[in-house]
Amino acid sequence: MRLSSSSNEEVTRYSPQTSDNDKRVVVAPATTQTKIKLSIQNVNAWFGKKHAVKGVSLEVKENSVTAFIGPSGCGKTTLLRCINRMHEMTPNAKAEGRVILDGVDVYDKSSDPAMVKRRIGMVFQKPNPFPTMSIHDNVAAGLKLNGIRDKKLINEVVEQSLKGAALWDEVRNDLHMPGMGLSGGQQQRLCLARALAMQPEILLMDEPTSALDPIASSKIEDLVQQLKEHLTIIIVTHNMQQAARVSEQTAFMYLGELIEYNPTRDIFKNPQKELTEKYISGRFG
Amino acid sequence: MSSSNNPSSRKEKSSGERPSKAGNNFRQTFQEISIKHASRRRITNKIVSIIAIVFVIGAIIPLASILFEVIKNGVAVLSVQFLTQPPGAIGSDAGGIGPAIQGTLITVGLASLIGAPIGVLSGVYLSEFATTSSVKGPKQRAISFFANTIRLFNDVLTGLPSIVIGIVGYVAIVLALNSFSVWAGAFALSIIMIPIVSRVSEETLKLVPNSLREAGYSLGISKTKITLFIVLKNAKDGVLTGVILAISRIAGETAPLIMTILGTSLFFTSLTGPVDALPLRIWRLASQPYESAHGFGWGAALVLILIILALSASIRLIARGKGIRVRTETI
Ligand SMILES: Nc1ncnc2c1ncn2[C@@H]1O[C@H](COP(=O)(O)OP(=O)(O)O)[C@@H](O)[C@H]1O
Ligand SMILES: [Mg+2]
Repeated sequence: MRLSSSSNEEVTRYSPQTSDNDKRVVVAPATTQTKIKLSIQNVNAWFGKKHAVKGVSLEVKENSVTAFIGPSGCGKTTLLRCINRMHEMTPNAKAEGRVILDGVDVYDKSSDPAMVKRRIGMVFQKPNPFPTMSIHDNVAAGLKLNGIRDKKLINEVVEQSLKGAALWDEVRNDLHMPGMGLSGGQQQRLCLARALAMQPEILLMDEPTSALDPIASSKIEDLVQQLKEHLTIIIVTHNMQQAARVSEQTAFMYLGELIEYNPTRDIFKNPQKELTEKYISGRFG
Repeated sequence: MSSSNNPSSRKEKSSGERPSKAGNNFRQTFQEISIKHASRRRITNKIVSIIAIVFVIGAIIPLASILFEVIKNGVAVLSVQFLTQPPGAIGSDAGGIGPAIQGTLITVGLASLIGAPIGVLSGVYLSEFATTSSVKGPKQRAISFFANTIRLFNDVLTGLPSIVIGIVGYVAIVLALNSFSVWAGAFALSIIMIPIVSRVSEETLKLVPNSLREAGYSLGISKTKITLFIVLKNAKDGVLTGVILAISRIAGETAPLIMTILGTSLFFTSLTGPVDALPLRIWRLASQPYESAHGFGWGAALVLILIILALSASIRLIARGKGIRVRTETI
């Protein structure tokens, strides 16, 4: 595990930044020097006969936020789940193509699907904390069930992950309480902390705020801005303002195809495709 | 979609007036109808709830009277001697049902040790592993055929008269070992237990939301650990209920025990020898022509009921003590 060796360095990666609102202004990515973290190449996905993702290719830069937008049913979730090999867990589902993470295809025979999921974390649309576990155990679950025994290390990671998810101050005295006792927004941040505890390099977020109220949503958006300092984020959203606020790159999908992938500013100010323009101006979807 | 943009908006406009008119007409009609029906509905509701209450009372009366009868007649004979002594001479009111209590605990305990794990594992297999998504084609078809066969066997076994299972135990173990034995009884009882536990476990595990399994996978946790520490842990209460249900069922079985443990008036000696059991003892006592034996029979029945109650209560308490219980689902 990556944790065991350079644990201290890893653990402190998520020390929370002071959140100032300036961070929510979209800044164009510094295109020079940034490394390509993830390269999706001609990915196709099926549910039985249903062709849900059709030959999508795109590249994601390290420490950036990429948004997937598009009308519901267009394949955003499915594409996201192809990236960490979650798609293939669905009965009858099939995926083809290449997803290159740091130069290695996650679909390569030598890639272990479980290891891929540890490196590429995921936050789901609906908060799904483990109902039988306390707040502490929810965050520690990934470590414990992957064989990490060191109590001190676990406690440290739990604290850092909860801080990284901006939940620590709210729950520090209730770590033994059930995770299900939290509010919806807190539960979603708990799930975020649970994902962060695995020290992922990429974080996939599938409409993480669609079940939350506006205040809880904006907390998650702030977090996205803080977290991208340490990892690469891909976020699915049907909320275009959210995409504009949090992301540097935006991919617009329609009927399983990638229609346009450009810097977020260009997508919203100067879309190249007519479909994109129609969608962002609210004329369909 | 883009091409159909214009026509669709035109349609909306043109039909904009008609629906409101029609809507008003409908609204009036609906209101008239609902006013007409309101009083009738109220009366129907009353009648249905009265009928329901009558049936509930009808179902409770025999149950309550049985319980009342057992307690009334059973409490009279309860004593330390009754609970600990072996049966005295036939017709006398000396002795007790010690060996039967001991035998029931041993036989049912052994049967549960065999039957509960097999039943739970079978349920886990059917719910979690029989529909593996990672294998496809003929292999998947073979797996689901196998799973359906197990389910069919479960159903057939559940419907089988328990005396038949007793005969199987008699032929398979009693004849083979040349002696009535605890093993044979435990074997027969566990055969009764397994399909019940398996079915209930499978159904309970299937109720665990898939989002929890996915959360586990997304953390790179292995399927075995997800099944044990996330899925089973969430379904714990339901699985335990199934086990308790099955234990209560086998604790009261009489027919398969006649064919396997036989029954004796002596205390337990070895797992390969005969032993007594409460249902057997109740049956023997009830078929004797003496008043005192009947009294003992009531007492034994009361003890059997109390044992089953204590068992389910303690299993639930143990389960409750561990881990955190979910308060309410708040999303
Ligand atoms: N489990 C599934 N089984 C079958 N079809 C599915 C399943 N999940 C999604 N689909 C189909 O795949 C398509 C893409 O779905 P999805 O990726 O969830 O869309 P989005 O996230 O953009 O709303 C949709 O047409 C949907 O009906
Ligand atoms: Mg979706």
